[in-house]
Amino acid sequence: MVSAPVQVAPPVQAPARVRRLPRWVAPVAGVVAVVALYVAFRGKAVLPHDDDATLFHWLNDARDWVDENRNSSPIFLYVVNYLRLGAAGVYEGLQAGLVALGWPGLLGLAAGLGWLAGGWRIALVSFAGFAGVGVLGFWEASVETLALTLSAVLLSLLFGIPLGIWAGRSHRVRRIVTPVLDVMQIMPTFSYLSPMVLLFLIGPASATIATMIYAMPPAIRITAMAIQRVSGVAVEASESLGATRWQTLGKVRLPLALNTITLGVNQTIAAALSMVPLTALIAAPGLGEDLLRALARVNVGAALVPGVAIVLIAIVLDRMTRAAAQRRESGTRARAVRWGGFAVLTAAGLALVPAMAQEFPEQWQVQIVRPINDVVDWIEAHWYTFTGFLNDVVAYGLLNPLQDVLTSAPWWLVTAAVLVFAWRVSGLAAGLVATVCLLCVAALQLWEHAMETLTLVLVASVITIAAGLALGVAAARSRWFAAGLRPVLDAAQTMPSFSYLLPAVALFGNGRFTAITASFIYAVPVVARLVEDGLRAVPGTVMEAARSAGSTDRQLLWKVQLPMARGSLLLAANQGIVMTLAMVVIGALVGAGALGYDVVAGFAQQEDYGKGLAAGVALVLLGVMLDRITQGANGRRSPHKKRNA
Amino acid sequence: MGTAAIEVRGLWKIFGPKADRIIGSPDADLEPAQLRAKTGCTAAVRDVSFEVRPGEVFVVMGLSGSGKSTLVRCLTRLIEPTAGELRIDGQDVRAMSAKQLRELRRHRVSMVFQHFGLLPHRKVVDNVGYGLEIQGVGRAERHEKARRILSLVGLEGHEDSYPEQLSGGMQQRVGLARALAVDPEVLLFDEPFSALDPLIRRDMQAEVIRLHREVGKTMVFITHDLSEALKLGERIAIMRAGAIVQVGTPEELVGAPADDYVADFVRDVPRAQVLSLRWISRDPEPDEPLDGPELPADTVIHDAVPAAMASDRPIRVVADGELVGVVSRVDLLGAVRPGTGPVAVAASAGATGEA
Repeated sequence: MVSAPVQVAPPVQAPARVRRLPRWVAPVAGVVAVVALYVAFRGKAVLPHDDDATLFHWLNDARDWVDENRNSSPIFLYVVNYLRLGAAGVYEGLQAGLVALGWPGLLGLAAGLGWLAGGWRIALVSFAGFAGVGVLGFWEASVETLALTLSAVLLSLLFGIPLGIWAGRSHRVRRIVTPVLDVMQIMPTFSYLSPMVLLFLIGPASATIATMIYAMPPAIRITAMAIQRVSGVAVEASESLGATRWQTLGKVRLPLALNTITLGVNQTIAAALSMVPLTALIAAPGLGEDLLRALARVNVGAALVPGVAIVLIAIVLDRMTRAAAQRRESGTRARAVRWGGFAVLTAAGLALVPAMAQEFPEQWQVQIVRPINDVVDWIEAHWYTFTGFLNDVVAYGLLNPLQDVLTSAPWWLVTAAVLVFAWRVSGLAAGLVATVCLLCVAALQLWEHAMETLTLVLVASVITIAAGLALGVAAARSRWFAAGLRPVLDAAQTMPSFSYLLPAVALFGNGRFTAITASFIYAVPVVARLVEDGLRAVPGTVMEAARSAGSTDRQLLWKVQLPMARGSLLLAANQGIVMTLAMVVIGALVGAGALGYDVVAGFAQQEDYGKGLAAGVALVLLGVMLDRITQGANGRRSPHKKRNA
Repeated sequence: MGTAAIEVRGLWKIFGPKADRIIGSPDADLEPAQLRAKTGCTAAVRDVSFEVRPGEVFVVMGLSGSGKSTLVRCLTRLIEPTAGELRIDGQDVRAMSAKQLRELRRHRVSMVFQHFGLLPHRKVVDNVGYGLEIQGVGRAERHEKARRILSLVGLEGHEDSYPEQLSGGMQQRVGLARALAVDPEVLLFDEPFSALDPLIRRDMQAEVIRLHREVGKTMVFITHDLSEALKLGERIAIMRAGAIVQVGTPEELVGAPADDYVADFVRDVPRAQVLSLRWISRDPEPDEPLDGPELPADTVIHDAVPAAMASDRPIRVVADGELVGVVSRVDLLGAVRPGTGPVAVAASAGATGEA
């Protein structure tokens, strides 16, 4: 209908007319078409949820087959079972080692390692953090969580660093590894668990392997980047003196990449700590167990305390590795002081072991569950008008209508809308991938639940991106605001993901809005930071030129900064959406339902295993779809990338 | 002349897909820009031949992108040449196995880089000892040797510093010391002083001249700076678009540029300070007195001025005890005048490009 007047118009004017067509016409026409089709076909070709779908039964049968043949099929007998035993061995060894240190020994070792990494400040942080875990009354569970985390990190690094070095050295390997890592990074945590259970049963071995897989991508990615970034001149100088490849690797590349690789270790630990508590779903020991049990009973106080313990562990490990990554080469004297301090602190801790009780002393523990619950009760009693109102507005104003639309629209209309939208934003290839993902979700018989999850993600990401954009712009324009925001964002990024559920639960109880709130708190820091960095990356000379032409601040923002930061803004949107999905899924633990709940139920009930497994896959597909749709940022830059390669 | 320290014959380096097919085909004669448009390949070094005598300082000079840095890297196959012959001390470098090549790099040819290429995580002494370390020399011995070399380049007392604590000039001295520490026969310099301030650069040039006198290594020196080339080079090769345009002594380049490109290059060189009397001497006129002051033919024109001032008779230019010609005050003034040159006379000196 748009082209009709063009044919009628005189030929001379025709091109001008086409060009002058306002830019909003095509999108508006698209929206109008979708709405019209929706109204016409509403309720037809919908895919209602069916708990008894054949696929789920088929998956259950597959699980049964695996269970029956676990001890006879050669692939289990000679490969899978050994992997399980190996992972379990690593965990049990580490756990036994940490327990054998005794709590004073572990505190001494933590302080010593802190000292080694970053002097007395970090030593103090480590000591205080681990002591705090004991004071909270969760020493034993924390040691189990620590052992689980460390064994997963150890294995991640064992495989991740060599793979990263290889990828850093070989263009071909990098080309194979990068897309795999991309997908791994957008996979919600839950989707790792079901297949692990199938292969490795429930328990710490499965948990270790799932966490290892989840935590490996940053190790590989950052190692590869570190190796690639090593100064080519230094490498060439080494080669010109006749060094072999291994000599250059060991004496030039690795030492020069070491600090960045340590940063990769930091990221690996952070990822592992996000995953480890969730592995309690597959019967892994540790703090996650207490946390999940309390969440299930909506006992906020009892959930918050182990949550704080995990956050403390996260802070200690983060500060320690971050300090180690910033360490510079120093003289022999400084080295002696560093190792001496380490030895003294560790020895002091170990010396106290025989003198102290084996358990962390009870008189040092504080009970804070009750006071927390009192606060939560008070909030519920006094703020309910506000929180309830907010909850209702989002639920009845946004979630329910959107969910109604998505679940009552014909599947082909939703798919077509996704295709057209993704095509426009990120190009044809991305659009096709997104469409295929969505069709696969339909084939998994999980359409309705996927639409429910999608609803949550859309609402949460719109809120998150809007707030992140505002915060980022404010931080980029005001030094004061940025200085205030930065430590908050830094702290937020160290926290394991599920810990964001806790304040949300305290405020809003169980439900979908809690999941939205949690993903908001989880993703806003990243979005805000990307926006701020993008705006700040606009070259000073360009800003100066615009200012000298007489731009107002507002014009500067709209005409210079935002357009030039386009790549960062799109990346921020992409990250915001992917992170929101990750969190919304975890929100199933606090009653957000949909696909996340299907996964959780799959662990709890034997007969729901098939549905849980399918839901895990559906989550991956949904993640890939959302990522592709918003990948315009990366896609558009690709021609330059190719030219550089 | 004896065997050359380095002998290069018909060397090619073409970057890009199927580069080896271009050599010998008509495409090889294309200008680099045309070649890139046609085949997607970049010819960085095109049919280069030269020889470096033992103990000589041989300068390769050209603008950026002329292929000089690629050329010097081809010499030890840091960049693998596409075609051509390459001998160092009579041995065929291109035929060497990986192991032989390593031995060559470890013991016989070492290199100084524009951006130093020092290892920031190692002390100065360990940077200098790096070449010995990868040869498997023990710690005590390589430290002892490194200290000795550091004092040779004027860096005693800085052994335990880290590179970032040193100034750019000092860092390049470390780079120089690292190259010297393995006691190579040949030193390759890839624009070693381009990243330095002008004053420091002058010091470092003097340092290289001094080292050459003291240790007498064969040196191949890459630069884009003509004055540096004239100052250091016994012979200079001028590169343009991957090919060598002319090889010759500074005098030959200034006095007898092979083409307009070279002429353009050396236009602003003060001739009187580069050319010798040989270039402006002429047969005496029949009535000219031949009892003026006598000077050797290789005296730089500039240095003949005091003699011309002391006597109004034409200077008698002699070589090997024989009179080759005379130079009057007018000839001298003509040579000193900027913008003109005794190009017409050049042919008589018989200087041509190919060495």
